[in-house]
Amino acid sequence: MSDTPGRLRPFPLVEGDAAFARLDADISRPLESFPTARWWIAFILSGLLALYLLFCLAVTVLYGIGTWGVNIPVGWGFAITNFVFWIGIGHAGTLISAILYLLRQRWRTGVSRFAEAMTIFAVICAGIFPLIHTGRPWLAWYWLFPLPNQNHVWINFRSPLCWDIFAVSTYFTVSLLFWYTGLLPDLATVRDRARHPLRKAIYGLLSLGWTGSARAWAHYESAYLLFAGLATPLVLSVHSIVSFDFSVSVLPGWHSTIFPPYFVAGAIFSGLAMVAMCLIVMRRMFRLQRLITTNHVEVLGKLIVVTALMVSYAYAIEAFIAWYSGSAVERFVMMNRAFGPYAWAFWIMIACNVAFPQLFWIRRVRRNLWCVFPIVVFVNVGMWLERFVIVVTSLHRDFIPSMWRMYAPTWVDYGLLLGSFGLFFTLLLLFCRFLPAITISELKNALVQSRDAGGWRHD
Amino acid sequence: MTERDRPLGIVGLLEDPEALVRAARKVRDAGWRRWDCHTPHPVHGLETAMGIKGSVIPYIAIVAALFGAAFGKAMQWWMSAWDFPLIIGGTPLFAIPAFAPVAFETFVLFAALATFAALLVLCRLLRWHSPLHDARVMHRVTSDRYAIFLDASDKRFSEPEGRRLLAECGCSEIYVAHCADERETAPRGD
Repeated sequence: MSDTPGRLRPFPLVEGDAAFARLDADISRPLESFPTARWWIAFILSGLLALYLLFCLAVTVLYGIGTWGVNIPVGWGFAITNFVFWIGIGHAGTLISAILYLLRQRWRTGVSRFAEAMTIFAVICAGIFPLIHTGRPWLAWYWLFPLPNQNHVWINFRSPLCWDIFAVSTYFTVSLLFWYTGLLPDLATVRDRARHPLRKAIYGLLSLGWTGSARAWAHYESAYLLFAGLATPLVLSVHSIVSFDFSVSVLPGWHSTIFPPYFVAGAIFSGLAMVAMCLIVMRRMFRLQRLITTNHVEVLGKLIVVTALMVSYAYAIEAFIAWYSGSAVERFVMMNRAFGPYAWAFWIMIACNVAFPQLFWIRRVRRNLWCVFPIVVFVNVGMWLERFVIVVTSLHRDFIPSMWRMYAPTWVDYGLLLGSFGLFFTLLLLFCRFLPAITISELKNALVQSRDAGGWRHD
Repeated sequence: MTERDRPLGIVGLLEDPEALVRAARKVRDAGWRRWDCHTPHPVHGLETAMGIKGSVIPYIAIVAALFGAAFGKAMQWWMSAWDFPLIIGGTPLFAIPAFAPVAFETFVLFAALATFAALLVLCRLLRWHSPLHDARVMHRVTSDRYAIFLDASDKRFSEPEGRRLLAECGCSEIYVAHCADERETAPRGD
């Protein structure tokens, strides 16, 4: 490996023994051994929360969204806040799996599979909210999708809400295919390690008969590159379109051209914080510390600072434009955000998203997981509050002061929010238990390449 | 010699990818047609060394993508401007800019679905079973070995010839794979 002084040197991808058979054993260990007590505790807790989600969904379906705190003018309460939050969480997964793949960042191999899984589970959580927000989700199929129905009316393709349906469902499908394609060779590895016939049969079924043939690899690599190339503009489009839900409307506080880049940066920021948070727990729970090293967490910390600065810039520009526009309504909305009844949410958001991440400038903070963990939790809180601020403060004081009304979430709102975290962590825990959480074949490839950089591979 | 004992081919195992690329070049130059390499990860330079042409998946994907975009636009035109024309917000019935996001999404969706379908077909996945699974070839090559497999159906195939070639390539282990290696040790009903 070249040691150019003054340039960033790639860190070792694996600490300790990098023999391939050892890597297989380490990565497959959570799949091949009975889960630990820690896993069970985490699983039961998050499973209970997920059941609570089911309960709150049942309440919503049985009694209607009158059980929520939404009112007129605040028609978009927690549901849309949660939707935007969860979609955003997913974006870091695609950044790591697609964009960093195109940029040939080898360190991503340690965290990419996990981040991709997070994307899929986050989109599942996100998808629940607009669906139940329609009020009658059992009729939503033909409200949301262009399906033939007895009214003969089609959905409105001029509406960003309709674009959103296409964007999110495409995002989910493409992320799932991308993830599964990446899993194929690793599932074959697990299949070939299996001794029990049932385990062999299940992983054999999932790996679709992968043989690692060179001809198959040639197609595989081409397909993988294509998926990365497709997912990159897709992920930018998804949160841009989510931001259109707001910015295409004529509401001050929403009607802003900075929204698409601001939302995409915020999404990646919150997603990276969630990746870091889950990885810190997961690497300990499954004893993967030598594969997901402190270096990996440190790189995530650096990316978090970068995206935090982008988000801070967007906050500053929003405030500046509110003043510079000369529009009395825009100025009012901005002042109302910062000093109105929801000022607490605004200032917690500023503290969590602008101030705390700056600690990651300090190397010792980035490398100390006891410091990283609380900061990334704060970022998640801050990013959830950001969406809350955007949704609620823009709505609760609209054009006619006689219409002004405060928004107060109910226990069902809180239950759905907490429950969605339960569902997310349950799925994540099951994933780590049953599927290889680190890309085995890609890690091997990256190890070979960094070992022989500049050598035989230039055929 | 029963059907079960018919040799499937000869397998040679190597320990590092660099040696595999050299070996693949040798087998290619020796004029073999029906042979393959099996590796735990994609090995760069192996395609050229084996004389494999580039994948056709990108061409399939671009055709599907363009079809998807056209489909997206056409669907929106048919639904909004033809089947049930409805003026919304004073925009034209066929509002091209407003129909761009959905067309973009169908562009990506069709490309991704086609890429995945092409991958399944071209890699011969979904067959679930390859005789190599039974022949104990797989156990090492999804872990830490690089295999060259000379198929018995190649017209220049003969056991001593294959063994000689693989030994020349520097294979550490060489053995003949039979159709039913696995079945003899662990009988299964099929």
